[in-house]
Amino acid sequence: MSERIDTEVAIIGGGLGGCSAALHLSRRGVPVALLDKGAVGAGASGVNFGGVRRNGRHLEELPLAERSLVDYWRKLESWIGSDCEYAETGHLKFGRDEKDAAELEAYAEQALAHGLKLEILSRNALEERCPWVGEDGHVASWSPTDGQANPRLVGPAIARAARAEGVEIREQSEVTAIVQDGHGFELETENGILVRAKALINAAGAWGAKIAAMFGEEVILETVTPQMVVTEPMPYVIEPVTGVCGGSFYLRQIPRGNIIIGNGGGGVAELDASRAYVVPERTLETLRDVVRLIPRVADAHVIRVWTGLEGATPDHTPVLGPSRTTPGLFHSFGYSGHGFQLGPAAGAVLAELVRDGKSKSEIGAFGIERFAKPEEGSGGTARRAPNRRS
Amino acid sequence: MTAHRILIVGAGPAGTRAAETLVAHGLRPVVVDEGQESGGQIYRREPPAFSRKGRDLYGFEALKAARMHRVFDALKERIDYRPATLVWNLSRGDAWLAGPRGPERLSYDAILLASGAMDRVIPFAGWTLPGVYTLGGAQVALKYQACLVGKRTLFMGTGPLLYLVAYQYARHGGEVRGVLDTARLGQGIAALPKLASGGRTLLKGLYYHARLHSRGVPMRSGILPLAAEGGAALEGFRYRDAKGRERRIACDALAFGFGLRSETQLADLLGCDFRFDPLNRQWLPEIDADGRASVERVYLAGDGAGATGADAAELRGELAALALVKDHGGEVDERHMARLRRGLSRLTRFREGLEAAFPFPRHLAGGISDETILCRCEAVRAGELRAAARELGADEINRVKAFTRLGMGRCQGRVCGAAAVEVLAHCLGREVSTLGRLRGQAPVKPLSIAQATAPEEAGGSEKAA
Repeated sequence: MSERIDTEVAIIGGGLGGCSAALHLSRRGVPVALLDKGAVGAGASGVNFGGVRRNGRHLEELPLAERSLVDYWRKLESWIGSDCEYAETGHLKFGRDEKDAAELEAYAEQALAHGLKLEILSRNALEERCPWVGEDGHVASWSPTDGQANPRLVGPAIARAARAEGVEIREQSEVTAIVQDGHGFELETENGILVRAKALINAAGAWGAKIAAMFGEEVILETVTPQMVVTEPMPYVIEPVTGVCGGSFYLRQIPRGNIIIGNGGGGVAELDASRAYVVPERTLETLRDVVRLIPRVADAHVIRVWTGLEGATPDHTPVLGPSRTTPGLFHSFGYSGHGFQLGPAAGAVLAELVRDGKSKSEIGAFGIERFAKPEEGSGGTARRAPNRRS
Repeated sequence: MTAHRILIVGAGPAGTRAAETLVAHGLRPVVVDEGQESGGQIYRREPPAFSRKGRDLYGFEALKAARMHRVFDALKERIDYRPATLVWNLSRGDAWLAGPRGPERLSYDAILLASGAMDRVIPFAGWTLPGVYTLGGAQVALKYQACLVGKRTLFMGTGPLLYLVAYQYARHGGEVRGVLDTARLGQGIAALPKLASGGRTLLKGLYYHARLHSRGVPMRSGILPLAAEGGAALEGFRYRDAKGRERRIACDALAFGFGLRSETQLADLLGCDFRFDPLNRQWLPEIDADGRASVERVYLAGDGAGATGADAAELRGELAALALVKDHGGEVDERHMARLRRGLSRLTRFREGLEAAFPFPRHLAGGISDETILCRCEAVRAGELRAAARELGADEINRVKAFTRLGMGRCQGRVCGAAAVEVLAHCLGREVSTLGRLRGQAPVKPLSIAQATAPEEAGGSEKAA
């Protein structure tokens, strides 16, 4: 062993949720060690689209999303010492026809009951407010309080704040073995670190199901690889973050002018090798789709494409809560491509679960027990919901 | 083996020889090249309407240039040639093209990458002023468009290209304000034993040097660049001479460069293993003596797999093509391959001598002021990189990229990457080999969305034969 760390809480995974949990716990005086197999904030939480949106989310996620927005995103500077380019630019979700219009209207009505106010923009209103929208843009729902941030900065910034509070962060430290006994957990990493902790948080992203399986909890986690594109800087005209019914793409422009475009997935994933590949056909398909809705994008050059590895649950809703089998173990993974916005609040919830045994937030819908097979006991049933990504 | 679909990327000396060799073995490769015509950078041809003499365009290399062009032109009927076409992405088995035929996906069984090299740059104050060019850029302006980049041009940097381009400018009536070399004279003398293996190439270098000298061009070695100066455009260049005195030379153009760096993105996209090459101070795809990469059916030749120059590129192109033929069950002349390898190892020794004579001046990295722009695409200054390293904990070049945007612009770090990692190494007191490398990501050059999303031309996805 090259190093031994005795601590209260061990966290596997330095994404937004893991880093936020570390920061929350350490600010409550709890000793924490965080292990990441790569660099903190460099996985899905660092290479995602950067949308900070509530519009279009599963209704069950709205309370947590609200907490993330109000308590963290709007206060990033005071929370972690950097605004990470967060900007409340609003979010527009486009519909291409009457069927989409009905979907957007129905959602707006349900969302209102959860405190999210959306405005439906007709074609005429769209033409007036967003002259850059092409003929495919038939209708849109407008959420003025959504926004965007630079994903490359957020995770590392939370980690820096956590480190400053005394969190032991070890990067390039993949956990290879976990032993649990009456006193807690003992983790070994491939680079020879031994961590002993009373509680364990599984925030391992696309690898979260593997950790859960070590404790007899099966979650079917599909590895998804959203494909991202960024263009050269173009005149800055598209202020809001945009998405579209059906989720074929999402797009935002930053004040520097670059346009960032993503799709739902379709890359090649090699989970064991931690590698993902962009599939050019999918990139081109997505771009064709984009150009039909926002024609001016055709004038730009693509300067880079990338992808990453993310875990999606069968109902595309995260696993967030205590383990069903193991006291002291807590899960936070399977955000299914829309965890960036939720990450900061998820960390707050995890800290509450560890310290207080319960969370202030309503997280009942995210329990891992919903994926348990009937013979395993709790009888939860997996729900299916439309796949919506940020 | 004629059924194999072979793709060659690049039509410079390596790509030309590779194509010639494959055709000689009964194959019909597809040759995709970014240039309007074959020749690569070194033997770049002038536009059709121009009619300058070869000697004017290529100097001593006129005969070689003519031969390379003849070899390629004779192949045109026997290959599938795609000029002015960008290979913007590669996956194992498929190439993604953008060119005059529209977007296209082309399947292949084996691929030979001859992607060449570009100028290696170290930024200095004022290097983004209008009027400042790389040596390669200044040479292209002359070779292709018969233009000089300025009326009074100053040359600065190190390496053989410094003297060649200065000589070519002088010969074409440009006023050469001086040739400033960051290498010290003693370094050239110490390197003589290895340089001697260059034979004629060494003599040519000495000739350019002598001719410039006889024209009264000021030649200085061991200089330290300070700043390119001017308002809207370049007016002069300030430097410190070997004795430590500050000097200024008035000029309206500055051409600079510090040797070459290999264009390795395509090999990276294919997942080839890379190793840090201390000679080139660059991560290069691993190849065996004949140019086989770590990924099966991938071959590398020419300056794209380590800069060894045009003569070596011809040998490497032929050798890699022979390796490809052999691996696909074809008959090859093993003794000829052995001869090619011997020739190559002689030229490699020469290259080592050149590097000793004209070392990459990495010591400049520490002296780049915080205000100097490193990444010109994203306007990232050296101070931002240093702050990311010291305050944000960026201890690897991709972390620097994530935190600062360095290397995220149109050129994807092709221009600034080499210098940025030197600045990072100096800042952290670490070796560049321990700081990672900017990962290659598609598209290897900016890809027009209009062009890429245009409907594929009917029959456009024909297979390489």
